[in-house]
Amino acid sequence: MSTAQVVLATRGLSIAFGGLKVFSDLDLELHRGERHAVIGPNGAGKSTFIGLVTGLLRPTAGSIELEGCDITALAPAQRVQAGLGRTFQINTLFPSLCPLQSVVLALCERDGLARPSLRALSACHAQIDEAQATLERFGLAQQALTTTRELAYGQQRLLEVVMAFVMRPRVLLLDEPAAGLTTQQGQELFRQLATLAQGTTLLFVEHDMNLVFGYADRISVLAEGSLIAQGNPDAIRRDARVRAAYLGH
Amino acid sequence: MREACAAAQHFARQARFSRWEVAFWLAWLAAFFVPATNHALAGQVLVWGLFALSLDLLLGYRGVATLGHAAFYGIGAYCAGFLGKLGWTEPLSALLASAALAGIAGLGVGFAVRRLQGVALLMVTLGLNLLLYDLAQRSTALTGGDDGLQGIEVAPLFGLLRFDLAGHTAYLYVLAVCLIVVLLVRALVNSPWGLALRGARDSSRRMTMLGAPVARDLTLAFGYSAAIAGLAGALMTQISSFVSPEVLSFQRSADVLVMLVIGGSGMLYGGFIGALVYLVLRDQFAAINPMHWYFWIGLLLVLVVSSFRTGILPTLAAALRRRTNGGRS
Repeated sequence: MSTAQVVLATRGLSIAFGGLKVFSDLDLELHRGERHAVIGPNGAGKSTFIGLVTGLLRPTAGSIELEGCDITALAPAQRVQAGLGRTFQINTLFPSLCPLQSVVLALCERDGLARPSLRALSACHAQIDEAQATLERFGLAQQALTTTRELAYGQQRLLEVVMAFVMRPRVLLLDEPAAGLTTQQGQELFRQLATLAQGTTLLFVEHDMNLVFGYADRISVLAEGSLIAQGNPDAIRRDARVRAAYLGH
Repeated sequence: MREACAAAQHFARQARFSRWEVAFWLAWLAAFFVPATNHALAGQVLVWGLFALSLDLLLGYRGVATLGHAAFYGIGAYCAGFLGKLGWTEPLSALLASAALAGIAGLGVGFAVRRLQGVALLMVTLGLNLLLYDLAQRSTALTGGDDGLQGIEVAPLFGLLRFDLAGHTAYLYVLAVCLIVVLLVRALVNSPWGLALRGARDSSRRMTMLGAPVARDLTLAFGYSAAIAGLAGALMTQISSFVSPEVLSFQRSADVLVMLVIGGSGMLYGGFIGALVYLVLRDQFAAINPMHWYFWIGLLLVLVVSSFRTGILPTLAAALRRRTNGGRS
């Protein structure tokens, strides 16, 4: 794989909380347009990895590159501006706003309009139209004006994805997007992602192995503080170290 | 296409001037012509309402509580006082200068506390307020100490309208300034930046992951809020021709918070309603018993918070919405 096709790379990435080493020397590469799953037993550091890449956590060593540029020293908001987007394991939304307001806000931030001014929101026609169109594509148009805290859990989960998606990230990091959803809802969410986020490089952490093996192009497996395997779903399914990590033999 | 229109209408509807707002301002204007109106008290209510609006920008729209907002009010009040004493008697330019000074102080404080939240933020803002209060009280040569700053002069408005003893000019002056500031704040909170403030109130983490400069926006919110508080302080100095360290007291910071809680935050007019209820009742309670009126104010606060959990205005607005929706269904 040529370096031009590597969108995101971590080099020797390490993090420890006090004496507890979560992982060390993690080298991971994401290729343009791929759907890459990161799996591992509980406590393997999957969410920590996303926290490190998005800048909400600071590594103890190593570096992170986005499109060849070192972003390790950038603040989280700067990384978003550089092209990273993420969703959270626990819904992190705007409970008092409706989905339409939430998505328009995301678009205004993306387009640099959310600066102090007397310009009315109603004058942001392009953002309002795009927000409405996106909510329709993701099947949330009916709930566009419902307060977010009143949405069903699955709809909130979807809104979490929509808000990250509209930022047009080069790499979208999804932290357990199907958490709390029924199997059917999870399948539907991933089906929508596969269709609508085509061309976007996706990295997702997920516990549902049917979703992982059904939608990932490549899989990285974290266990006991290191990357124990990487490859396509078939290779991972056959890997003895992965079976040992998951099944203990 | 129809959905896109509905979406645009949603934002347009939110920004539209409602008939309640028109009625609110017409009522204040009408009060000017009612002979029985206590114009001095009505003017004070408006100034306190403006002060509460400044706090609302931080608390209601950004979700940041402060216990030191009197610091900015006091800076504006003293700035207008010193200017009047030193011969800068033109009221409008002095008002703007006072607001600008308070706004700069607000930007400084906002920058200092931009990464704080919760109790730490409350303590830092309270501490800054107490520092200023003590400084004003000790600097007797400059501020007159507890006796206050004397000899503040205010020239006639536009060189024509003299500030009369009955407070008629002062009332119209305060009313006009309040209306202009409310219109500006209204436009600000209905802008994309206003939506970003509400977003950060709900989840600063999500705002960060939208690439928003959350800390910078908080600093700016402090600046705007402080400028309005300073404007209110300067107005009070100009209409009373007096300023004392009491303008910087913790009591004032607490009073404005109580007014906003009573009226309801995050609705632009909650502070004005809270100020009206608080000051009129205080006036009435003090007339009945000048010693124990705080008891009744305390009781009022308990009753209001128990009956109107979110404050008077949001509770009434919700009831009205329910009634309207009920009528439609």
